[in-house]
Amino acid sequence: MIKKKKVNLKSIFSLIFFLNIILLAQSNEDCFDCHNDKTLEGTISGKTFSAYVNQNSFNNSVHTKLNCVDCHEDIDLDEHPDETPAEKVNCGSCHKVENDAFYEGIHGKAVVRNDPLAPTCVFCHGNHYIKPPSNLQSETAPLQIPSLCGRCHREGTKVQLQRRIPKDRILENYSLSIHGDGLLKKGLIVSATCVSCHSSHKILPPENPNSTIARNNISKTCSVCHADIETVHRKIIKGKLWEKQAHVLPVCVDCHQPHKIRNTFYEQGMANKDCLKCHSKKNIVASNDGRSLYVDFVKIEGSKHNKIACSQCHTEVNASKVRACQTIKNKVDCSSCHSEIGDNYNKSIHGKLFAEKNENAPTCKECHGQHNVLGRKNPKSNTFPTNIPTLCARCHRTGEKAANRYTGTETNIIEHYIQSIHGKGLMKSGLTVTATCTDCHTAHLELPHEDPESSINQKNIANTCGSCHYGIEEQFNKSIHSQLVNKTDKKLPVCNDCHSAHTIKRTDNSGFKLEIMSQCGNCHKKIAETYFDTYHGKVSQLGYTKTAKCYDCHGSHDILKVTDPISHLSRGNITRTCQKCHPSATRKFAGYFTHATHHDPEKYPFLFWTFWGMTGLLIFTFLFFGIHTLLWLPRSLKWRKVLKQKLGNNTQDKNEQ
Amino acid sequence: MSNKNKYIIRFTPLNRTLHFFMIISFIILALTGMSLKFSYTNWAKVLSAIFGGYESAGYLHRFAAIIMIIVFTTHIVNLFILKHKEFGSWKKMLFGYNSMLFNKKDIHDFRDSLKWFLGRGERPEYGRWTYWEKFDYFAVFWGMFVISSTGLTLWFPEFFTKFIPGWILNVTTIIHSDEALLAVGFIFTVHFFNTHLRPEKFPMDIVIFSGRIPLEEFKLDRPDEYKKLVGNGTLETYLSDQYPANVIKLMKIFGWCALLTGFSIVLLIIYAMLFSYR
Repeated sequence: MIKKKKVNLKSIFSLIFFLNIILLAQSNEDCFDCHNDKTLEGTISGKTFSAYVNQNSFNNSVHTKLNCVDCHEDIDLDEHPDETPAEKVNCGSCHKVENDAFYEGIHGKAVVRNDPLAPTCVFCHGNHYIKPPSNLQSETAPLQIPSLCGRCHREGTKVQLQRRIPKDRILENYSLSIHGDGLLKKGLIVSATCVSCHSSHKILPPENPNSTIARNNISKTCSVCHADIETVHRKIIKGKLWEKQAHVLPVCVDCHQPHKIRNTFYEQGMANKDCLKCHSKKNIVASNDGRSLYVDFVKIEGSKHNKIACSQCHTEVNASKVRACQTIKNKVDCSSCHSEIGDNYNKSIHGKLFAEKNENAPTCKECHGQHNVLGRKNPKSNTFPTNIPTLCARCHRTGEKAANRYTGTETNIIEHYIQSIHGKGLMKSGLTVTATCTDCHTAHLELPHEDPESSINQKNIANTCGSCHYGIEEQFNKSIHSQLVNKTDKKLPVCNDCHSAHTIKRTDNSGFKLEIMSQCGNCHKKIAETYFDTYHGKVSQLGYTKTAKCYDCHGSHDILKVTDPISHLSRGNITRTCQKCHPSATRKFAGYFTHATHHDPEKYPFLFWTFWGMTGLLIFTFLFFGIHTLLWLPRSLKWRKVLKQKLGNNTQDKNEQ
Repeated sequence: MSNKNKYIIRFTPLNRTLHFFMIISFIILALTGMSLKFSYTNWAKVLSAIFGGYESAGYLHRFAAIIMIIVFTTHIVNLFILKHKEFGSWKKMLFGYNSMLFNKKDIHDFRDSLKWFLGRGERPEYGRWTYWEKFDYFAVFWGMFVISSTGLTLWFPEFFTKFIPGWILNVTTIIHSDEALLAVGFIFTVHFFNTHLRPEKFPMDIVIFSGRIPLEEFKLDRPDEYKKLVGNGTLETYLSDQYPANVIKLMKIFGWCALLTGFSIVLLIIYAMLFSYR
C-alpha cells in the first residue's frame, strides 16, 4: 500500500484523473509525479521503505530511456498505489545472459536458498541510477570493484565470518599485490580486479570445474591479460603443456599466490637448466682469472635457497642471449632480498671495511657460503651456534688477519672464549642457547665498542647481556652502578668490567671470586685497600673464597649506597647481612669495621693509637735488647775464651762423649 | 774430685716437657699466624698452601693455641703444687732464692753486667735465674695472657660481641697481631741470642731439653748459685749423669729444627716489612 504522509488533494485527484483516461500509456512523468517526492514511503510485509526516486539521477543512468513499467512490469496501474505491492524487478528479463550466469554462480544460488547475506543485482549495481562500468563513478567501474566486493569480502564482515570463504585478508592482500598496486596506486584501470579473475556474475568456487579460477581454467583466466606468458615460464611450462596438462603442472597460483601476486625481481625467462648447461661442467673456469665456475647443483638443492632460481641472485642476465650471463656486470647482491640485513652489514665494521675496498673485509659469502647456504638452524651450517666461534675464529684467532688489525685490549679472544663459561656451555655442554660471538656482537651489525650504536658500547652492554640475563639486568638497572640511577660523569661499571668480555667465568669459580675484589678495587681503590687490612681481606688474599668478599656484603648486581634503606648494608639490613656467615651475629657484631685501617688517626683513632702503642712497645723492646746484645757480644767472646781455658779438659771429655 | 764429669740438673722433667710443647705450639702459631698477618706477600701464600690452605691453617692455629693454653695452665697449676709441697707459703716461694720475680740482686746484676760489657768490672756472679731469663719468663707470661685473650675474641667474635662493641675486635686484631709480632721477634732473636747464640753457648745450649749442664761449666756460669748449693750442702742432690749420646743427638736435631725455623720466620718477617709493608 502506498499513501502520502501529507495529503495533497490536488495530486490525488489529478492522479485518479490520469489513471482513468490514459490507462495503458503510463509515462515516467506520471510515476515521478509521486515518486519524486522525498517523503514518499512504502511498506512491504510490514517494513517501511523510501519510495522516493530521484528523477534527475534516473535520467543520468543507463536506463534513462526505459519506462519505469518496463522494469516494474508487475505494477497493476488500476490498483497502484493502493493495492498491489510491487514485486521485485527481474533484471533477467532484459539481461538474460548475465542473469543466467548469476544464478549459476554461488551468489545466485545463495539468493535462491534465501540466504539473507546473498547479494542481488541491486546490491552491486544499485537500482534506479545504474551507471556503466566505463563511468568512473559507477560502483562497477574497475577502480570501485575491490571496495564493492570488499563490502562483504573484507575481514570482519558477516560473510567472511559466517560463510565458508577459504582465503583471508583478501582485500588487504589484493591491495598489496601487483594487481592491487597497479589499480589502486597507479590508477591502471586495465589492471586485474576481483571480477577479472572471478568473473562478474558467474562466480564459482575453485573446486567447481567451470570456475574461472578452477585449476584447469586459471591459466586461461590469467592469460586473458598475460598473453604469451608461457614464453617467460620456460622452467615450468613448455609451450601449451601448461594448458593441456594442468593437473600435472603447476598453475599460475601455485607460484603467484592469489591475492598476493607480487612483482618478481629475477630476470624472467631464465631457468636454472639454462645456467647448468655450462656451469655443471667441472672444468669450467673464468676467462679472466681462471677461478672455477663449476656449480654443484646438488649443494643448491640441499641448501636454504633450493627454491630460488639462479637468476634471482645472479641478476642482470638476459634470457635472449645465448650466454644469458654475459650481461652480468655486478656481483650477487644478497641485500636485494635480505635488505635489512644488508643495511646492518653496511653499517657494521665489516661492511665499512668492504666499502673501503679492504681485501680482508668479509662479505656475506665468507660466513654464509655461496650456493650451499644452509641457514643458522641447520647443524651443518657455519652459522649454527656451535659453529660460530670457529667461523669467527677464521679471522679473529690470534695471528689471523682481523686479530692483527685489532688494536684493543682483548687478547686471545677465541681461546679465551672457549675457556669461558659461555664457550664451555656451547662447546662442551652443547647448549645452543649459550651466547656465541654473534649474541653479543650481533650477527650483521658488528661495531667497535666506541660506536654508540654498538651492541657492546658501554651504554648498551647491560641491555645486550640482559637479552639472556634478563633478571640480572633488571637488578642492575636499579643499582648504584646503573647509568639510569647514577647521574655521575665518572665511568660506571657495566657487565664486562667485572665479568670480563671473553674470559667470563662461573661466578662460583674461586678464580672469579678472588678476581672480583681487584675488579672493585679498580675504581674503589682506597676502600679496597682498607678491606685488605682487615681479617676478611687478609684471608681472601690467601685464596680463601668462603670469607666475605665485596659482593657478599654489598650485593653483586643490586649494589646500592649504604645509606639507601634497602641496601644490604643499611642500618636495618646490616645485621642480617652479617648473619649470612655469622648466624648469631648481633647489632653490636655488625659494629666491626670491615674497612678499618690503623693509618687514619681521624677516622679510626682507637686503631691508630693501639697500633702505635704496640709499635712503640715493639721498638722499645727491640732497641733495649738490641743494645744489650751488642754490648754483650764482645764480652761474651772473651768469656768464651776464659771458659775454654778453664774447661779445656772437660770440653774434650764432652766431645768424646 | 769425683764430681768432675758430673752434670747438674737445672730443669725438672715437667719444665722441659712444657718447654717442648711450648716450642711446638709457638712455632705452629707463628707460622700460621704470620701467613695471615703478611698475607699480601708471596711467601705467606706458599706457607698457607703448605698448611693445606687458609682454612686448615686456621684450625692448626687454634689447635696450637689450645696446646699453649694447656702448657700455661699446667705451669700455673704446678706453681700452686710447688707452693704447697716445697715452699709452704707464697711469700717463701715468690721472694725466695729461686723465685722468678725480680729482686735487688737483679738490679745489681744488671748494673754490674753493663759495667762488665763496658769493660769496667768483672762478670757478675749470676745466680739461679739471671735478670734476662726473668725478663724472658715474664715477657712470655704477659704475651700469653695478651695474645690468648685477644685471640679468643677473634675466635668467638659472635659470642664476645654480645658484651663488647664490634669495633673492639678491630682493636684486639691489632693487639693480637702486633703482640704476636713482638713475641715472635723477641723469642727468635733476643731469646735465641741470650741462650744459644751468645759465643760461650754457640751454637746452642741443649740444657732446656736435657735439663743438665756440666758441673764445671755451671761453676763458672752461675757462681752465686754454686756457692749457695755448696753452702747449704744440697749440691749432691742436683748431680746427675748426662743422657746417652744418641738421646743428646736427638735433642740437638730437634733444637736445630726449632732454631732454623725460628730464624726463617724472622727473615720472612724482615723481608715482608722491608719490601712489601703496608
